[in-house]
Amino acid sequence: MEYSAIILLLPLCMFLFLGLVGHKLSERVAGILGTLGLTVTAVLAYMVAFNYFTMPRNAEGVFKTLQPVNFEWLRFTEHLHIDLGILLDPISVMMLVVITTVSLMVHIYSMGYMHGEKGFQRYYAFLSLFSFSMLGLVVATNIFQMYIFWELVGVSSYLLIGFYYTKPAAVSASKKAFIVTRFADLGFLIGILILSFFTETFDFQTLMSNPTSLVSETAGMTFMGCSVAAWAMALIFMGGAGKSAMFPLHIWLPDAMEGPTPVSALIHAATMVVAGVYLVARLFPMYCAVPEVLDLITWVGAITALYAAVVACVQTDIKRVLAFSTISQIAFMMVALGVAFNSDLHAGLGYMASMFHLFTHAMFKALLFLGAGCIIHAVHSNEMSAMGNLRKYMPVTHITFLIACLAIAGIPPFSGFFSKDEILTAAFEKSAFWGIWMTAVAGLTAFYMFRLYYRIFWWSKPDYGHHTPHEAPKTMYLPLVFLALVTCVAGFIPFGEFVSVNGQEYHIHLDWSVATTSIIVAVAAIALATWMYLSENTKPKALADKFRALHTAAYHRFYMDELYMWVTHKVIFQHICRPIAWFDRHIVDGTMNMLATVTNGVSYGIRKLQSGYIQWYVWVFIMGALLIAVLAMCF
Amino acid sequence: MNFLSLFVLIPLLMMLGLWIARDMKQIRTVAVIGSTLLLALSVYTLVEFLAERAAGNTATMLFTDSRMWYAPLNIHYAVGVDGVSVAMLLLSSIIVFAGVFASWKINPLPKEFFLWFMLLSTGVFGFFISVDLFTMFMFYEVALIPMYLLIGVWGSGRKNYSAMKLTLMLMGGSALLMIGILGIYYQSGLHSMNVVEIAEHGNIPMNWQYFLFPMTFVGFGVLGAMFPFHTWSPDGHASAPTAVSMLHAGVLMKLGGYGCFRVAIYLMPQAANELAWIFLILTGISVVYGAFSACVQTDLKYINAYSSVSHCGLVLFAILMLNTTAMTGAVMQMLSHGLMTALFFALIGMIYGRTHTRDIREMGGLMQIMPFLSVGYVIAGLASLGLPGLSGFVAEMTIFVGSFEHTDTFHRVLTIVACTSIVITAVYILRVVGKLLYGAVQNEHHRELKDAEWWERLSVITLIVCVVAIGSFPHWISDLIREGVEPITNLLSQAL
Amino acid sequence: MEIPMIAYLVVSTIMFFAGVYGFVTRKNMLAMLISLELMLNAADINFVVFNRYLYPEALEGFFFTLFAIGIAAAETALAIAIIINIFRHIRNVDVHNLDKMKY
Repeated sequence: MEYSAIILLLPLCMFLFLGLVGHKLSERVAGILGTLGLTVTAVLAYMVAFNYFTMPRNAEGVFKTLQPVNFEWLRFTEHLHIDLGILLDPISVMMLVVITTVSLMVHIYSMGYMHGEKGFQRYYAFLSLFSFSMLGLVVATNIFQMYIFWELVGVSSYLLIGFYYTKPAAVSASKKAFIVTRFADLGFLIGILILSFFTETFDFQTLMSNPTSLVSETAGMTFMGCSVAAWAMALIFMGGAGKSAMFPLHIWLPDAMEGPTPVSALIHAATMVVAGVYLVARLFPMYCAVPEVLDLITWVGAITALYAAVVACVQTDIKRVLAFSTISQIAFMMVALGVAFNSDLHAGLGYMASMFHLFTHAMFKALLFLGAGCIIHAVHSNEMSAMGNLRKYMPVTHITFLIACLAIAGIPPFSGFFSKDEILTAAFEKSAFWGIWMTAVAGLTAFYMFRLYYRIFWWSKPDYGHHTPHEAPKTMYLPLVFLALVTCVAGFIPFGEFVSVNGQEYHIHLDWSVATTSIIVAVAAIALATWMYLSENTKPKALADKFRALHTAAYHRFYMDELYMWVTHKVIFQHICRPIAWFDRHIVDGTMNMLATVTNGVSYGIRKLQSGYIQWYVWVFIMGALLIAVLAMCF
Repeated sequence: MNFLSLFVLIPLLMMLGLWIARDMKQIRTVAVIGSTLLLALSVYTLVEFLAERAAGNTATMLFTDSRMWYAPLNIHYAVGVDGVSVAMLLLSSIIVFAGVFASWKINPLPKEFFLWFMLLSTGVFGFFISVDLFTMFMFYEVALIPMYLLIGVWGSGRKNYSAMKLTLMLMGGSALLMIGILGIYYQSGLHSMNVVEIAEHGNIPMNWQYFLFPMTFVGFGVLGAMFPFHTWSPDGHASAPTAVSMLHAGVLMKLGGYGCFRVAIYLMPQAANELAWIFLILTGISVVYGAFSACVQTDLKYINAYSSVSHCGLVLFAILMLNTTAMTGAVMQMLSHGLMTALFFALIGMIYGRTHTRDIREMGGLMQIMPFLSVGYVIAGLASLGLPGLSGFVAEMTIFVGSFEHTDTFHRVLTIVACTSIVITAVYILRVVGKLLYGAVQNEHHRELKDAEWWERLSVITLIVCVVAIGSFPHWISDLIREGVEPITNLLSQAL
Repeated sequence: MEIPMIAYLVVSTIMFFAGVYGFVTRKNMLAMLISLELMLNAADINFVVFNRYLYPEALEGFFFTLFAIGIAAAETALAIAIIINIFRHIRNVDVHNLDKMKY
């Protein structure tokens, strides 16, 4: 399947082409070219997926892992070298399909959404760059290749968040996103260094062939009470947590909504933010060797899921609500991975569930964001207060948005129900504690999503003035319809037959006790939301007043941003950088200047000897000669 | 005659040509022809070198030539190149080429400017081709002294102070160096100045090595901006004219790294093994300290000067790790830092030439006004913070992986500390990009400014192409350098 | 009667130190020049005397003295030229007024 290389090369070429000569093209040509390029890429990705999954399995019933392309890019030592290549296994093929599908939808959608924006060509160039990087990330054959593309998606995200570079909020959001993820990547890098130092390889297949090698190589070595192997894997997870916006590294994602909405759909909902989940899934056998890190992942995921869900309940900017919902849903996937090990009944159910949720979530969350884009396009605001009763004006958006809301809330037969149910089952299998926790979060999810839905499409009609909202153009609502269709049917894909922890076929079957509970919780939450938000009333305000402290804290996202601001600005800037700069100017430089001053001073002192009076010189000369003569005679 | 001598001859002939030149047009013609020839020559050297190596020539230095120059002290004019010097020659010629175009409109005294500029290049090229300690030292001085005049006459701001400070500090370094070189000459037991000969047959007594290693390392380290001897760099760079900043940060600071590597470590491997830790701490401080300092600067050139302190600190840091991978990374970092910092200074010079300020608080929204220069700046910034596909990434990663290969825990902990610089670098780079290029236009007068002229574009594009080429296809350059580093690391491991 | 060598040497020594004393103490540059000549001539006497008494068969001392007298003459001419120029500039020849070169 060497042609899979074209999947990577085409978006790269498109980026270079649009980046270099894009400004000479008309907007229309650039948009069509970019979309066409991605269409071809998507078709190729589907071909790869089809060919891959129809290939005969090997003796154990496992899909073969292929490396159609792999070449050495940079050699470090005898064992360590960065290769660039393409690794095809079930999860990477699944990701190829997800990314190209969502990316294609976003490309088409953007032709309408970004129409007439300054820098339209640049936008498409960046989208191509992002697609290239993300595709490169998922097909990485080794952890360093993954790191390379990891950084590249980071920078494409930076460029796209800061697309409206004249807007200060967008600029600072892009900066924040890049720096926070960079900080997390530092952990990733150190993790890679430790991992590669002990295992002497970057290659995924070599690592997977002996997943306990790290643990056995570092046996007995500890650092601050934890084994070195655990540190390495935890640090690698830190990279994933940064990209996937896990608490406490989540702070960049809500701000990233400053970017154009289609970008939020592509990068900050469907693809890039799940890179962390993908990373953990990729290294899953190695994580199983250090169960304490899996526990850490579970905890981080569970806390994030709850935190983000609570915050999402009170936000008023619709994109922020969706951003927190994304954080919460990704945390679901993380929890699923965390609890996947040790489950007695179905080994690795959580792994499959996590990937399944990743797949379905990408579709319905992209749908939600694109729908939100249509709404913002229509009312020119992100705030809920500018919306209401939109179902009359935007029927297509309304229906598709509702489908997505039902999916994320976990109502059958929409896709989210199936994947979320698997996650809850896996959590219950680990322990009832996690099961209840996650079910509660799922209930919150249903509540805040329907709060959003009612607030946008029902509630009461604000004064739209002479500018009545209208349905989006065709290029914008066709992707919505397509994604809505996918959301309706994706749940019935026998996902476990393609992706499972050991590669063997795994038959999904619903655990009805879990499913019934979750449906009841979801329906109850929806009912509550309906009661509170169906039409304009004072119930939400009364409730907010009642729990004022909690409401305010949640509205301010529990002051996490302020905490970060305090740490970065007050501690690092004021108490590290400034003193260092001062030290440099005054102490180090001062020492050098002092040397110069002292030399100067001494020179001024001894210049008195050079009086310029020749008779004085002669006098000194003679006296000196005499002195020497006398001394010579004495000794 | 050996063709390597052309590296010295061409700049000298250019100086002659410049001397004859009558008007700006002729001056430019001479400068462009000369720098193009140099570029061609360095590419030719690279090709010849690779061909020789492919043909199985495994001598440490290729294309060697040696002529007696001063018999009583056994000083030769000896030239020769290995993989590392070929890479450095390539770097220097690219930067000289770009520098000529960056100073297309230099004013006043264009003729004298180019004369001194070429003398500086003579020194730089001469240094990289020399294999004789004394010749090396001489070319080193030839490269330093024009700097004083170039900054003092064509500089800006507190130029007299800066020029004096820079020259005096570097001269202080050379004084240490002179002691070191003489010590090596007398103590090696060979009475030879030839670097390869001393390395292969010399035997400097251990007690002398303890004395001479710090001498030479600090001597070159001053030029390599090692903490705490780096303070000439911010002032010097801030005052220097564009092309001089480019050549200075891009090439001259590399003389320091190259010298540490070629003289201090190559000739005294035993002492290097034992004393490296002291300097590792100092350079480790440089890396983090420079980056933190850069975070709060407001002058564009100061930001880059401190960033250079950080990046050049990483070069010395990696050299001191004393293994092949880290040293290869160090040389790649020299290349990469040379190119991107030259790019930075070129762009800063061009922006300064338009806005007449370098204070980032007084500028903003330049992306709308001069898109070409701004995009160039973003690319330079991304290279500096280590974006894959640009040169910074490959260099830094080679350094980090190489340093982490060290079996000693102390070294690995230091590596992790050095790694944190990638985050801090991102902070200060994005801070500048955000304030300078994005956002609203701060000063309405800036709206009338023009984007880059063709010569500026040429200069910037040349550098960007090189940055991308190294970053995207690192394999060949890494192999070239590794093969030059290996003899040194072999000596080091024998010395253990 | 043979005059002993010591007598010449005493004379030349007195001349020399008189010259030194004059050179150090006189303010007038012409006076200093005269003192300088005294010192030179004292040295010349020594050359001649040593040649005459110690190496009567050689002539180097006489030659050297002749050379020294010639050069001293040239030097005096030069010095007087300088002094005249100085006089033109500052209207006197007091050495204390010539401190432009100090520091």
